[in-house]
Amino acid sequence: MTIMGLPWLELAILTAVIGSLVVGLMRIPRRAAAWGMGFMGGVFVFAFLAWLSFSLGGTAAPSLGAVIQERWLGRVVFRLDELSAPMVPSLALLHFLTGVATARSRMRHFSYSWSLGSEAIRLAMFSCVASWTLVALLVLCTLPPYFELVNRGRPTRVYVLHLTLFNALLIVGWSLVEMRGRDGGNLGWELLPLMMAILVRCGTVPAHCWVTDWFEHASFGNALLFVAPLVGVYAAARLVLPIAPEWVLRGIGIASLVTAVYAAAMATIQRDTRRLFAFLFLSHASLVLVGLELFTELSLTASLCVWFSVILSLGGFGLTLRALESRCGRLSLAEFHGLYSQAPSLAVCYLLTGLGCVGFPGTLGFISTELLVDSAVEYSPWVGVAVVGAGALNGIAVLRGYFSLFTGVRHAASISLRIVPRERFAVLTLSALILGGGLFPQPGVLTRYRATLALLAERRQRMRAVAPGVAERPRGTGLEQRGGGGGLLGAAAGATVRGS
Amino acid sequence: MTWYERVLTGSGLLVVGAPALVAAVMGLVLLLGYRLTERRITRLLEGATITGLAAAILILIGMLATGSRRVAITLGNWVVVPGEYHFAIKFVFDRLSVPFVILSFVLIGTIGAFASRYLHREEEFARFFMLYAIFLLGMVVASLAGTIETLFTGWELVGLSSALLVAYYQERPAPSRSGLWVWSVYRVSDAALLFAAVVLHHLMGEGDLSRLLGSGTWPYQHAEVASGQALLVGLLLIVAAAGKSALVPFSGWLPRAMEGPTPSSAIFYGALSVHLGAFLLLRLDPLIDRSIWLAGLLVVIGLATAVLAYLSSLVQTDIKSALCYASLTQVGIIVVEIGLGLRYVALVHMIGHATLRTLQFLRAPSILHEYHLVENALGEHRPVGKAPSWARLAGASVLGWLYRLALERSYLDGFLREVVVEPFRRGMLFCDRFERRWTDRLSGGESRESDHLRDPFGVIDELS
Repeated sequence: MTIMGLPWLELAILTAVIGSLVVGLMRIPRRAAAWGMGFMGGVFVFAFLAWLSFSLGGTAAPSLGAVIQERWLGRVVFRLDELSAPMVPSLALLHFLTGVATARSRMRHFSYSWSLGSEAIRLAMFSCVASWTLVALLVLCTLPPYFELVNRGRPTRVYVLHLTLFNALLIVGWSLVEMRGRDGGNLGWELLPLMMAILVRCGTVPAHCWVTDWFEHASFGNALLFVAPLVGVYAAARLVLPIAPEWVLRGIGIASLVTAVYAAAMATIQRDTRRLFAFLFLSHASLVLVGLELFTELSLTASLCVWFSVILSLGGFGLTLRALESRCGRLSLAEFHGLYSQAPSLAVCYLLTGLGCVGFPGTLGFISTELLVDSAVEYSPWVGVAVVGAGALNGIAVLRGYFSLFTGVRHAASISLRIVPRERFAVLTLSALILGGGLFPQPGVLTRYRATLALLAERRQRMRAVAPGVAERPRGTGLEQRGGGGGLLGAAAGATVRGS
Repeated sequence: MTWYERVLTGSGLLVVGAPALVAAVMGLVLLLGYRLTERRITRLLEGATITGLAAAILILIGMLATGSRRVAITLGNWVVVPGEYHFAIKFVFDRLSVPFVILSFVLIGTIGAFASRYLHREEEFARFFMLYAIFLLGMVVASLAGTIETLFTGWELVGLSSALLVAYYQERPAPSRSGLWVWSVYRVSDAALLFAAVVLHHLMGEGDLSRLLGSGTWPYQHAEVASGQALLVGLLLIVAAAGKSALVPFSGWLPRAMEGPTPSSAIFYGALSVHLGAFLLLRLDPLIDRSIWLAGLLVVIGLATAVLAYLSSLVQTDIKSALCYASLTQVGIIVVEIGLGLRYVALVHMIGHATLRTLQFLRAPSILHEYHLVENALGEHRPVGKAPSWARLAGASVLGWLYRLALERSYLDGFLREVVVEPFRRGMLFCDRFERRWTDRLSGGESRESDHLRDPFGVIDELS
């Protein structure tokens, strides 16, 4: 048994659970925050080691974690695969950085205990494959936000209505799938409830109002952590993609495309930073879903890359806005704030993370966006136009927010609003990942490509002889077949010169 | 690899690497919250400009000495999805890119030296030069791009730095509003270019410009695309070029861009950025050659831009606006030249115009002072300029109409606002109101805390 064979994933989940219980007993906010950050840091380390273990291939023998799960649960329930391996440490990192970047003035409002509990549920969820366990975790995941709203004395009806609908559709949908035996080729209308559940959870128009309402009423940190992992997209990838016929995927894809463009357009006219963020999130999440539902190798790879970019870039963007809010309260975009002179580092972080979301060159989102547009145009030029249009509108919304928050007037402050070391650490970490992933994207793209192959292999396996041709969309159904290209050039190891 | 190829490779990498390194260093310093002294910043930029210029000239000498008309430096694939996609990074030195990149280095270096004195002791000196470094990198990458994706990368960098420099004097609302307007137009332009790039990539199988545009060297390439395909892609490229170069109907952003400091006005809207659209058209002119409609459209757009800009320049009351419209007039003429197939004429025109306009912009802050000195020496006012000769032929009513047209900047801003921005905005606000009513109904009361945020004087409801 090597160190890589230790049960890191199980330790990560367990640490989050224990941390939630321990921190929940503490009454002094700053003490709870310190312990909470410690536990979140531990969870991240374990999650990172779990990913490392997976990446290095582990050992031929079953890992200790698998042995423990077999003994205690009867089977292996939680494990990493190509899809979830990088997601788990990313989630853990986002939680950790959100905890670290919480300003002292906000420590009373951000519950480390509930955050750790939610983190445990999300980590477990992202380590699950399609099963009742996953469904149960998806339902369980919707509970902590409800308690957050209740504890803050905020209205819960919009949230409860939508997420109850999601839970009901999810349970009914999965029951129908289980009754038909999960044979992809035989499923038809039985997938409708599951499809609707995914659309509600992902905030697809017209069931998107719960997301904006959630951001209106929840604390920004918890709001961000609840939506940033794109749980709905994960549910789609695990539950729907392997077994859905093309018409279901197309339905989800069309709804997502409309949402992506609509949300991007709405983001440009918002008068509140949280609503701006909510609509940016909706637009990007929908773009991920669009790529997923085109289910070609390229589109899935693009979608998974965009997913990763959303977690990091949008997460960083959210943390920057949260840092601003902790200084100035809720910020209106209907006025100029002129905060650049007071917080120049936050302005730079805003630009970096905001432009990273919309795919600016040099950032993590650039190649993701290129791949997504490429795959969208391959499917249909109109889909490509819509994706490009959504990206353009998102870019306008981001910079509109920048000009409103950081320019326009000279902000006079009697106290320093500069970034504090903990916030700088959090935002710099994400910035490093955004820039590093932007400048050296190939390793990340390759892991997402492998995850794509695994997803498509699973789909092929599930879609039986009843419908032999529907497992994968053929290439080049939109524009003409692309010729040539691809493959690593021999000159990749160094530059070559050709003159004429 | 022969020694000659090694020298060329090294020089080519220096041309791109020097600006990239400076942009990275300055960006990192800014991100970490440190401050560099003015002297260090100036030295960094000087070093990058001189290094890049020297390397570019070395390449030019090498090409002239060996009679080579095209040197390509391939850095390999930056991203590969096996069997599906690849993003290659390639830089090409030919008769279009070498003069343009040398011009870029010379003008950026000159204006950088001017700006280091002009902005001495400005609070945001570092921010200006950070954006300046990004602009330098963008221009070099766009000029030398050998693949359409690389060109798009440089294009975006130029656009961002441009918009943020328009809003340089960020303690006033007008520069911020102008910066947002400029950015919005650029996003439309970027979207058109991105879509064109992807469509080209799909039609031709890759994004390498030498394969897209056919064999041969500029301007003697011949694209192997059907005229219908060329028309589709060409229209997108024209939208992209029109947005970047402020051609009709996007001309309204150019005078707004004069909000920025004089050095940025000089380099962006006198010298380089405003010509980037024309450069794109020159780079992809084999596509334009494939469709007579495209060429005709270019001539029409160029002529319209030139005429309307000329009229607007006659009624401006401040020197930078007058210069920007004069600049736009010339850009319009350059586009006409491209449409007519006069490639070398357009290139020489661009270089000459960029140099002259840079000088005029840099002298603009001091010119009034110099006029006063001349008048003091003469002891009388300078003679007022006469009306153009054609104005004497036109009737009063026509002149009045033309005057209003010029004063309103050809109503292009208003057109875009009334036809594009306002309907879009009203539509989205309607959706927003609908959503509010819906969530209020679901909540059983007021659902938006953000409605109770302080609503101060001076709200921004529009993009400008």
